[in-house]
Amino acid sequence: MALNIDLDLCTGCGACVAVCPFCALTQRAADGKVVVNEACTACGACVDVCPVGALSLETAEPATDAAASGAYRGFWVFAEQRAGRLQEVVFELLGKGRELADQLGVPLGAVLLGHEVQECGAALFEHGADRVYVVDHPALATYTAEPYAEAMSALIHKHKPEMVLAGATSMGRGFFARVAIQVHAGLTADCTELAVEPTQRQLWQTRPAFGGNIMATILCPDHRPQMATVRPKVFPQPVPQAGRTGEWIEEVLELKAPVVRVIETVNAMANEVNVAGAEFIVTGGRGLGNAENFKLMAELAEALGGAAVGASRAAVDAGWISSFHQVGQTGKTVRPKIYIACGVSGQIQHVVGMNSSDTIIAINKDPEAPIFAMADIGIVGDLFEVVPELIKALRQ
Amino acid sequence: MHIVVCVKQVPNTTQVRIDPETHTLVRDGVESVMNPFDENALEMALQLKEKHPGTQVTALTMGPPQAEAVLKEAVGRGADQVMLLCDQAFAGSDTWATSYALSRAISQMAPPPDLVLFGKQAIDGDTAQVGPGVADWLNLPCITYAYGIEIDGGMATVQRSFEDGYETLEVALPCALTVVKEANVPRMASLRGKMAARKLTIEPTTAAAIGADPDKIGLAASPTRVMKIFSPPPKTGGVMWQGEEPAAMARKLVEALRERQLI
Amino acid sequence: MAELNYGLSELAQEIRSMMREFAQTRVKPVRAELDENGQFPTEILREMGKMDLMGLYIPVEYGGTFEGDSLPNLIAVEELSRVCIGVSVSYAATGLGADPILIGGNDDQKKKYLPPLASGEKLAAYALTEPNAGSDVSGMRTTAVKKGDTYILNGTKQWITNGGEADIYTVFAVTDKARGARGVSAFIVEKGTPGFSFGKKENKLGIRASATRELIFEDCAVPAENLIGREGTGFIWAMKTFDVSRPGIAAQAVGLAQGALDEAVTYAKVREQFGRPIIANQGLSWMLADMATQVEAARALTYAVVRTIDSGAKDYSKFSAMCKVYASDVAMQVTTDAVQVLGGYGYMKEYPVEKMMRDAKILQIYEGTNQIQRDIIGLALNKEYAAAAR
Repeated sequence: MALNIDLDLCTGCGACVAVCPFCALTQRAADGKVVVNEACTACGACVDVCPVGALSLETAEPATDAAASGAYRGFWVFAEQRAGRLQEVVFELLGKGRELADQLGVPLGAVLLGHEVQECGAALFEHGADRVYVVDHPALATYTAEPYAEAMSALIHKHKPEMVLAGATSMGRGFFARVAIQVHAGLTADCTELAVEPTQRQLWQTRPAFGGNIMATILCPDHRPQMATVRPKVFPQPVPQAGRTGEWIEEVLELKAPVVRVIETVNAMANEVNVAGAEFIVTGGRGLGNAENFKLMAELAEALGGAAVGASRAAVDAGWISSFHQVGQTGKTVRPKIYIACGVSGQIQHVVGMNSSDTIIAINKDPEAPIFAMADIGIVGDLFEVVPELIKALRQ
Repeated sequence: MHIVVCVKQVPNTTQVRIDPETHTLVRDGVESVMNPFDENALEMALQLKEKHPGTQVTALTMGPPQAEAVLKEAVGRGADQVMLLCDQAFAGSDTWATSYALSRAISQMAPPPDLVLFGKQAIDGDTAQVGPGVADWLNLPCITYAYGIEIDGGMATVQRSFEDGYETLEVALPCALTVVKEANVPRMASLRGKMAARKLTIEPTTAAAIGADPDKIGLAASPTRVMKIFSPPPKTGGVMWQGEEPAAMARKLVEALRERQLI
Repeated sequence: MAELNYGLSELAQEIRSMMREFAQTRVKPVRAELDENGQFPTEILREMGKMDLMGLYIPVEYGGTFEGDSLPNLIAVEELSRVCIGVSVSYAATGLGADPILIGGNDDQKKKYLPPLASGEKLAAYALTEPNAGSDVSGMRTTAVKKGDTYILNGTKQWITNGGEADIYTVFAVTDKARGARGVSAFIVEKGTPGFSFGKKENKLGIRASATRELIFEDCAVPAENLIGREGTGFIWAMKTFDVSRPGIAAQAVGLAQGALDEAVTYAKVREQFGRPIIANQGLSWMLADMATQVEAARALTYAVVRTIDSGAKDYSKFSAMCKVYASDVAMQVTTDAVQVLGGYGYMKEYPVEKMMRDAKILQIYEGTNQIQRDIIGLALNKEYAAAAR
């Protein structure tokens, strides 16, 4: 697929230049006519706006055999587990996967990789999986990317699912990039919305880009499977159906020995409430001014009955709190019942990590702060005056 | 030791937005910078170079001709060689095709690298796929989200972070890492480095020069297609309180939360 | 922002943009903390060394980047001062300590002592002042007595910038009491020399990031080869150093005043009273206008003096004194006015202008008080007009 420009028709009006999302079009100095550069992704935005029809997309490229033949069928979810514990995001994916698999009329599979992780199976069925493909192998006992990618690719080659989802976690993002290379499939990172189009059997994948300033919808027209990593906490968990079961498929694979050896794993959040799964989050931003003032956040968290303490990128970059607390595009995505942002301006890269929270409360002394646009309740005031009063009121 | 650092020129994303009326990208005054996480990767390489004399650092980028600016920045900070992959044939490459192209370029380098470093992700696309993807093409192990590294006798001990904590890993060289910002504070270019960079002429390296398979590069080889872009929908319907006593607003908030049965 | 055309070289422009970025990203975030804790900016100076910014005044053959144009160094001082003169004085004092070696030192001394200063591995300090010898050098009590192939130093130096932090000290001592100023000699003394120790760190009003200490010499044996020039030439090196270093103080003043102006204008545009930004009040905008004019005039004078020195002029003590006295008086005035513009906020430590005002005062005092500078100018006028009358 490529963009064709009919220079005889082009009037040099520049309409296409203005709409190109990728700065791929420029006007020649000599006559103002448009030329395309290597940034073009053939998205077609320019074609629609050209008033004289000078632009066209070459769409002669045939679909690959794989996509056309219908050899790929089925919807998969990667069942991420750490130390035998399924991650929350797996249930979120099973919920969404169930819905999409039903629209396509295919079974929903879950892929469980690990060693002695059989007890994870029941929860996968109860949350909607029809089939669980399990690879039990010592090389998968502790996560490293290489054997996980090898196992996943082998299963995809064998069973040919048409869509595969994984959580956009450090694990999912880490090894699915390798799987995508190995099976020559498209992989869309960090999706926040998914839909299927049943006739073409296409997965419409929507994700934030440019730090969350822009949303992009991405398709993989000619390659199968269509794969995506999905941000945790953007889809709700389904209600588990107790006793629901399905097909347990044990796959025996020859895997290479891991090349990376895990010497030590430290859980830094062991003694703290983790923002990732918290129901209540109290977040401090630049307005806190220093590390010391995070104690005020901890106090408010305690007054709320054990909330997690979050932080904006500004606060983490300033070294006031560890990055494990960071909420946003480069931190965690959260979906608490209550999110209280204190002294957080509301940069878009922060907002994309928390905008699906149920109730957002913003406390900021600048009434123009963008965070107020997101807030269900906005309080314009000095956080150092409001928060202590809030703690007092909560304790009463 | 030979370390290759892959860097990308990105728009400063904090300045990118969509015009709410015309629905087009507003890019006036948006500057191009080295991807911030790539700065951490480069700094990791330069610190290893200081620690292990004789180390050569090569900065590699793929992009339009003006992407040479990030390579010059890398030279200013202390990179020894650079390579600019620039060819119309690469146009429209997604992470799959980009990974292939970079891996071809790296596999042509002599001596072959002991370490290939990437930023954990680029701030324009945020995919975090190119690092592990290149590693896969090169058949190298890849440790993502690395913030510390010690090299001793052909082995690397690497600290990496994940959602809830961190891990210490051991791997034989050669290997690839993607680097997080906690790794270090990137240095600024030196005066002599800037002068050297200014004099440098960077010849673009073509797809043919790296022996790239034409079926694996560019738009045609890229499985993903961007179908549309749009502004995230704004949220509405909130209330705002101001000009009242802090204590009064705090009490009102607690009441509101109780009313909604949230606490 | 519109700028006057000072005909800056490419190098000077490069240094300006590098130093501006460096000061913003590395110094600004920590300046309040350094000030509060009286903490020496070791890391900052080390990083500047790595960036080749510590050798701007040192000739290329001794590891620096100086090739006849002093403006790059001056502009580096100015840009650093725009953010914090506590840091910039620590940088500039190394140059001050190196100047006697640059001016009067022999090739061996230059080869040995200048390269590590240019790379930032080492810092220097300049030790002239004593408890009883401030502006009046004739009160100097520190002695150096030749003994074999060493000089034995005894005495105390006071308020020495970079004292204790520097590795290389140029120390002035009396070798022949009978000859007064012509009996003073200059020596290079390395930290760690037996008999050389430091007094306590002074607790100061401003430039609190810089280290100011007493140097104590008790039968300190310094190799005779560390004598700069001949015996009795020390006072010449001291005065020649001041002639070239005073524009550096002026550059500090210009930078500091510019920094205060930046803060004042930025604040005046966002602070609203009576429904409009305070900059819309004529009384206040005229104040800002005067501040801006003074800063630019101080800059123009300072750059012109440096160009005159670089051109090889013989007699420039008067001009050096003029730029020092004018720019430092401007800095005091502009920083004080900046505090006034910010009102109550300006008086609070949350805003940087109170620090700038505290910092400014030293500029009217060190490297010769402004009264001494006016003496120098007055003396020169007297001489010049006497010659003209003849």
